[in-house]
Order: sequence, then C-alpha cells, then structure tokens
Amino acid sequence: MAKSQGKKENRGRKNLSDTPAWWDTFPWWGIAIVAILLWMGYQIVTKDSYDLAWERVIPGIRITITATLQAFAIALALGLLAGMGQLSRNVFSRNLARTYVEFIRGIPILPLIFTVALVLLPQIQDALGFKLSFQMRATVTLAFIYGAYMAEIFRGGIQSIAAGQVEAGRSLGLSRRQTMNSIVLPQAMRAIIPPLGNDFIAILKDTSLLSVLGVLEITQRARQFSASTFKFREGYFVLAFIYLVLTLGLSLLLGLLERRMTRDDRGVRSNRGID
Amino acid sequence: MISIKNLSKTFNKNIHAVRNVDLEIDEGEVVVIVGPSGSGKSTVLRCINRLEVPTEGSIAIDGVELTDPKCNIDEIRAEVGMVFQQFNLFPHLTVMDNICLAQRKVRGKSKSEANEMAMKQLLRVGIPDKADSYPRQLSGGQQQRVAIARSLSMEPKIMLFDEPTSALDPEMVKEVLDVMLELASEGMTMAVVTHEMGFAKAAGDRLVFMDEGMIVEIGPPNKVFENPEEQRTKDFFDKILY
Repeated sequence: MAKSQGKKENRGRKNLSDTPAWWDTFPWWGIAIVAILLWMGYQIVTKDSYDLAWERVIPGIRITITATLQAFAIALALGLLAGMGQLSRNVFSRNLARTYVEFIRGIPILPLIFTVALVLLPQIQDALGFKLSFQMRATVTLAFIYGAYMAEIFRGGIQSIAAGQVEAGRSLGLSRRQTMNSIVLPQAMRAIIPPLGNDFIAILKDTSLLSVLGVLEITQRARQFSASTFKFREGYFVLAFIYLVLTLGLSLLLGLLERRMTRDDRGVRSNRGID
Repeated sequence: MISIKNLSKTFNKNIHAVRNVDLEIDEGEVVVIVGPSGSGKSTVLRCINRLEVPTEGSIAIDGVELTDPKCNIDEIRAEVGMVFQQFNLFPHLTVMDNICLAQRKVRGKSKSEANEMAMKQLLRVGIPDKADSYPRQLSGGQQQRVAIARSLSMEPKIMLFDEPTSALDPEMVKEVLDVMLELASEGMTMAVVTHEMGFAKAAGDRLVFMDEGMIVEIGPPNKVFENPEEQRTKDFFDKILY
C-alpha cells in the first residue's frame, strides 16, 4: 500500500516538472522527413522509369536556380527602394512606392505573371527600345512581384526601430542618411533577414509558375515528360523530390543563419564595428 | 547663449504643450526645469535642438536662429548634447563604437583620435573598463553614464538632460547625478528637466517651474523652494516634498 502510494506521488511530481521529457521535444518530424526523402531517393535510383524521369527533369535545375537567384537579387533592390520610398518625406516617391506595393499585393501571382510578362514588359521594351530574353522577362516579372512583398518587410523592419534611436542619432549631429545607414538599418536587419529568407524559399517554389510561360525549368520539364510519356506519377514524383531537397536544404541553412544572428543580438559575439 | 522667445508648441492643432515661453540661458549656467507631468518641460527642452519644431516663437543658440529654414540643423545639434530618459544607446554597437560613431561621421575624426576622446569621457563618467561591452550588458546607471559620455565626446557647448534619472532603479540615481554635478561644477552650460529636487538645490543656478505649458515661476532654487511667490508653485512642492 505504502509502496504504491509512493509511486503515485512520483508520477505526480513528474507531471509537474517544467522540463519536458526528451521524447516530447525531440524533432520527430525531421526523422520523418529524412525517411521520406530517403525512400523517394531509393525509388528514383532503383526504378528505371523514375530514373528516366530524373534524367529528363534534372537539366532544368540550372534555370530554376539561376531564375531564383536573379529574381531574388532584383526583388531585393526593388524591395529596399520601395520600402524606403514608402517612408520617404517626398510626397511623390511615397505615393509611387505605395501604388506599386498595393497594386501587386492585390493580385494573385499567376494572373500577374501573364499580365506583366506578356503585356506590360513587352510594352516597356518597345517604348524604351531594348530586348530581354523570354526567360529573363519571366524572371523580372517574378522579381517585380516579390519586390512588393519585400518592400513591406523592409518598411516593417525599419519602423520597428524605436524612435528614440533616430532621435539619439540626430541629436548627435548625424544627418538623416547617416542615421539611417549607421543606426536604423543595421538594427532593422535583424528583423528583416528571417522573413527575407522565407521569401527566398518562396521565390524558389514560385519559379515553377514560370512554366506557364514555357520557361524550361524543372516543372515545365516534368510536365513535358509526363505529357509525352504518360508517366505522370514518375514525372511529378521526381519533381516533388527535387523541390523538397532544395527547400529543406535552404531552410536548414537559413535556420543556422538566424541562430547566428540571435546570438549576435545578445552581444556574445563581438566582431561588429562601425567601419 | 540660448535665447527662447515667445515659444509655443501645439500638437495636433489643439493640444497646447507649450505656451509663450521666454527663457534666456547664459553661458555656464545650470537651469533646472521642474513641473507636473504634461506641463511642457520636456517639449521646451526638445525644441532647443529642434527634435520638436516650434509652432510659434524663436530659439537662438549663439545668435543662430533654429527656426530659420536656412540654418544647418545638423551643425547645431553637434554642438548641443542631449541625454534622454531612456538612454537611447545604440544596442548593436559596443560602448566604444557608441561614443565614436558621431565623432567620426560628423567631426571627421580618425579612429585613434575618436578612441582617445572616448576613453577620456569614459574615465570622466567612471566606467573606462566597459569600453568593449554592449549596452545590454550594463546596468541602467552605467548606460546613462555612457550616454552622457557619448554626448560629451562631441564637446558640446550646452548639455540638455531630459529626465535623465527617471528610468533608473533608485540605487543608480546617485551615480548619474554625481556625474552631472561634476559637469556643472566644471562650468558646463546645462538645461535639466528632472524631478530630483536635491540636484536642483545643489547644482541649479536657476529653477524654472512650469505648469500647463507656461513658466509659472523662475528664480534661485532655494528661493523658489522655500518661498515661492505663486500659489501653484507652492501647491506643487507641497505635494512632492516631505
């Protein structure tokens, strides 16, 4: 009797503990994902029909990756410009930036891709007298869309810095620009980089939409393979596998980057200067 | 040195924070501004380096009109030190970089010149060993002393203090007031908004009592404390002193 009572007490204490058991916090999902990836990889390597799909789809990865990097770089510049523009003192640039952001954010990506790449950009091209390759036009379109999303990230990041920081900088005699560059932006970066990383992954996934324009990236190649061989399962299975490896790998990297930055935030690492 | 004439500041067209304030601050003088919250004392102070733009009236520092659209406000601000209630140190920079940033960007000093000045000011406020720390690693009192050192490193002609001890734990108030007292004894021109009546008595040349945006009474601290002419001043001190 006494023994069983003791057991009960013990169990009670366990439930009250504020440190959860290891199995409660263990990242089981990671094991599951790795297992799924291994299984998918095994299918592709061992089955001939999957092997063929792989051979037909994988060459598109170069275009997928270039388009992602290019679109991200251009979107970054556009986003910074439009984000700062929204906070500008100048009435014209403020409203121009706002119009751009609201216009883009109000329309889904797919119709935007058609409109921008097939209507807007050709018209601008004709008016200004230059010529972009079809793939580049599609990439610029994606950048144009994500620039608007990023503008909101930049604006929010900058606005998250307390007004007192600007006042302290200005009252030391720093100009508006110096205050922005040396005080506000470096601090805002901590708030900006994680969502920018998410957008990078989102751009990678949304390069698949360029397939509707006929750009030969992996989705378009998978579509072509499946349509011509009727091996839909194999084509899209391989496609999903490639995207998963890319996005999971990227979010792993971004997680590391974020952890590094939060450590920096606590002032443990101290290799940042003002130069 | 500072000449405030008929200063008024209105927020949102109907909140009159400051009404028709006239105040002269001479070189080397320590003026302490007190009053109930919302009486406009901080707003007056913030107008002196144009963190608030006056609605009416004029402010001149060494004869230069701040309200003149042609004046270079950055140049003036470099000569006017400001210490805030919330310290406002730059959290992403070390103490040393906090103090060197404006010296280098505004004064164009070399790294070694700026460092030398920074160490001199850190010694003055008593925490030279914290040069490589980040603000969040310091106590409130230490942070405020760094903020004072940061302002002093610009070698300002006047220092403005906006409730510098109001956000501090009680045991840290003295270390900051000691630095301010020393500064006053060295002849620095100072305008101080504070609730520390002890400081006002010890260091203040003149005490300004404000209420509802207006200067109610102005005079030597001891006289205003012990023998106020206005009933409102008397009521205020009756409430806060015991």
